[in-house]
Amino acid sequence: MGNTFAFAESRGGALRTVAFEAVTAARRAAEVSGGGEVHALVVGAPGIAGQAEQLARHGADLITVVEHAGLERYNPESVAATVAARIGAGAYRAAFFAASAQGRDLAPRVAAALGKSLASDVVAFELQGETFIVRHPVYAGKAMVTLRLTGSPALISLRPGAVAAAEARGGGRVEQAQPALDPSAAKVVVTELLDRGGAKLDLGEAPVIVSGGRGLRAAEHFALVEALAAAFGNAAVGATRAVTDDGWRPATDQIGQTGRVVSPDLYVAVGISGAVQHLAGMRTAKTIVAINKDKDAPIFKIADYGIVGDLFEIVPRLTEEIRKAKAGA
Amino acid sequence: MKIAVCIKRVPDTELRFAIAADGKSLDPAGLKYDLSDFDGYAIEVGLRMIEQAKTGEVVIIALGPDAVQETIRKSFSMGAERGVHLRADTIPSDGLLIARALAAELKDGGYDLILFGRMATDSAAGIVGPMTAQLMGLPCVTAISQLAIADGRGTARRELEGVAEVVTFPLPAVLTIDEGIARARLPSLKGIMAAKKKTIESKPVELGEPHLTVERMELPAERSGGRIVGEGPDAVPELVRLLKTEAKVI
Repeated sequence: MGNTFAFAESRGGALRTVAFEAVTAARRAAEVSGGGEVHALVVGAPGIAGQAEQLARHGADLITVVEHAGLERYNPESVAATVAARIGAGAYRAAFFAASAQGRDLAPRVAAALGKSLASDVVAFELQGETFIVRHPVYAGKAMVTLRLTGSPALISLRPGAVAAAEARGGGRVEQAQPALDPSAAKVVVTELLDRGGAKLDLGEAPVIVSGGRGLRAAEHFALVEALAAAFGNAAVGATRAVTDDGWRPATDQIGQTGRVVSPDLYVAVGISGAVQHLAGMRTAKTIVAINKDKDAPIFKIADYGIVGDLFEIVPRLTEEIRKAKAGA
Repeated sequence: MKIAVCIKRVPDTELRFAIAADGKSLDPAGLKYDLSDFDGYAIEVGLRMIEQAKTGEVVIIALGPDAVQETIRKSFSMGAERGVHLRADTIPSDGLLIARALAAELKDGGYDLILFGRMATDSAAGIVGPMTAQLMGLPCVTAISQLAIADGRGTARRELEGVAEVVTFPLPAVLTIDEGIARARLPSLKGIMAAKKKTIESKPVELGEPHLTVERMELPAERSGGRIVGEGPDAVPELVRLLKTEAKVI
């Protein structure tokens, strides 16, 4: 059985959680396929080599470090060429990426460069003999497909959070390598990285999401939603399409069929009636709370807990109680 | 300015649907099909570019069975000028096969921009656009939420987790379009009339052997839900108690 490969995603000189998830998945694939090493690759500006130890702690046996001043920001062409060259030379059984914003850009380029098929946004995988069997949500989470991925290496991008990063001691050998394409030769250049401000937690990574709909009646009333999110301390703020269409919140906050699809531990829907398009984006949350004045609103049919009434009275009270509960905890 | 927009005909899953007897596809009974949402934004972006340049055309390219011609016609009624139908019995799950067929069609087309939706709303893979770019050796920016073109160069913005990137690139280029850039216009009556006279070139494509195939399709378990804790702010303490002791999420 061959070795397995993981691309270790970084940003701003630090590894992201999804890097450890990819290494964990590669290690698991190696274990069930009867052994072989886990090889990880990390690219970045000089100094990124300091991150290699963390990959070893999650099970990487060999860490290839590609340092270059031109790789401080993501450089799609240079990184894709470098990763494709590494995978092509390694005779790997499988290669794992994150289905993050960067990974969704990178993995298909690498796959096309290698002429190999890619299973995208995978939430679970197993091996049946030589074949990977993967699961992937389709129709905005309203159905799940099980796919058969043949060929070697099998290329898989993993939905963030689908495989929990786990520590395991790897060999941790470190080797330096050069980019396969000089970053300065790339045609696509990331010139700026903008901090969007606002919530520090991303919707895809936050354990709690507080989301607002038309029931809030005006953009400034989102302060109520923000305050409740702040009381939780680990919450991001989302919105319905009606709200982002009206410009009350940026389009990037939209949860639903055409926005983000999220699966937090707790989803609090404030003034949201529950249009099908919105439910498609949040129905896989572990626990759903709904606050709405209309007792017949569809959101109550899928909510685990509902309170019927005026959100302008209920949400401030809930914020206060959550703050108390958190202080006591 | 010559712009290609690659679109996909997808089931409208805002409606109720069921799994077919084969256990791996949707039951076609009662199913309606439409343009994938993000592809509608891509067409809108293309049309605006042409309107701004005051010259050029938007060409629609779609792969699949004959029924995709209906979706190409809808794009015509929005303002696209021509269509190319790459005829295949089914749309494969293996995106690489689609990307190869598209790259072969696009390579001699002389396009300044090739646009895709960020992903199709049915298969939700989002890989055909960047794969096609890679096969053609063209610059590519994925999931863009803003775009400006001037003097043969483009500047785009992409949303990442918590931050955004500003990206510059030369034309010709491949772009995939995210939510937030432009709402798709509705077909006008004049557009619908004009669409009837526009031409679709239909040609068969040979897709080759897929390495990614569907084994099963399932609906997720229904949520039981539906429990009203109470009415008004007085129900809040009970809700918090349940979140703590029953759901164990705080």
